[in-house]
Amino acid sequence: MKVEENPHVIEFLRQGGDSFMTTKVEAVINWSRKYSMFLYPFVTACCGMEFMSVAGPRYDMDRFGCALPRFSPRQADLLFVVGTITHRQAPVLKKVYDQMAEPKWVIAFGACTCSGGPYNNYATVQGIDTIIPVDVYIPGCPPRPEAVLDGLMKLQVRVQKEKVPADGRHREMHELELPVVEKPLA
Amino acid sequence: MADPLAVLLAARGDAVLESHERLGDATAVVDPVELVAVMRFLRDSDGLDFEMLTDLTGVDYLGREPRFEVVYHLYSVKHNHRLRIVVRLPEDAPEVDSLVEVWPSADWMEREAWDMYGIRFRNHGDLRRLLLYEEFEGHPLRKDYPKERRQPLIGPRN
Ligand code: SF4
Repeated sequence: MKVEENPHVIEFLRQGGDSFMTTKVEAVINWSRKYSMFLYPFVTACCGMEFMSVAGPRYDMDRFGCALPRFSPRQADLLFVVGTITHRQAPVLKKVYDQMAEPKWVIAFGACTCSGGPYNNYATVQGIDTIIPVDVYIPGCPPRPEAVLDGLMKLQVRVQKEKVPADGRHREMHELELPVVEKPLA
Repeated sequence: MADPLAVLLAARGDAVLESHERLGDATAVVDPVELVAVMRFLRDSDGLDFEMLTDLTGVDYLGREPRFEVVYHLYSVKHNHRLRIVVRLPEDAPEVDSLVEVWPSADWMEREAWDMYGIRFRNHGDLRRLLLYEEFEGHPLRKDYPKERRQPLIGPRN
């Protein structure tokens, strides 16, 4: 009798007697990436207060696998740009971004990083996307922690949809659409 | 407790161009040439003892001559009294003696006034921009700095 006709084997598999799953390499790589984001907090201004709130235990970013701040860009996957970026600081931000290893993602946290926010003057960069590519924009002055978590979940959905090229390098994902996250059930 | 403005007027009235007092806020407009001497007097004489220079800032009155003002806010911890000193500087040579020798806290505040208003402080020793970068042209808080002018170091001119 062939093994797949053996009723004991069929019953064993039917009941999930041993743990296994089938998947694609790409899916499992993206799955592990999206749940183990090491973030680099580039915190410059008042939004930092709200960032501390969302990173603290009450809102608990660790639920999304995004808790461990790395203060070295070489070890970080996710650049959190939090607060007003001035023209004087722009080269520093670019350098930090360039130093991060692929794959890397960027979140613009707050109105200032999205567009310059309340400041349209000689000193302020009118949106960090004039300097570095941005994956998710979180508006608000400052954004509510819930908004930040929503942005993080949107980023995770995006990461799950990425292509992982054979040479292992992450590519720009501007052609990926930004889907609406289904709300968690509980 | 002596009224600081009255003491100043009695002792160095020659250096004070103009003065006024309202609701306890006393201001004296001082001849820029005499500034350091007046400030030393205010810091060192008994009964005044202005140990602290709490603020130093520039003002641009575009269209008026003298166009610029530098405003000094003095505070005496010992007597808990304050005095505001103003010097007026002409548009073509906005330049005044530095007070770093008198109060070291003047160092960065004078650099900021230079950065934002282009007011030069003689004998400062290290008069570099404080907040902006060396590549920046002009002084952005001057009233004739174009509101829309942007000087980014990298990225597009937005
Ligand atoms: S968006 Fe608002 S809260 Fe955030 S850094 Fe800018 S001004 Fe501050």
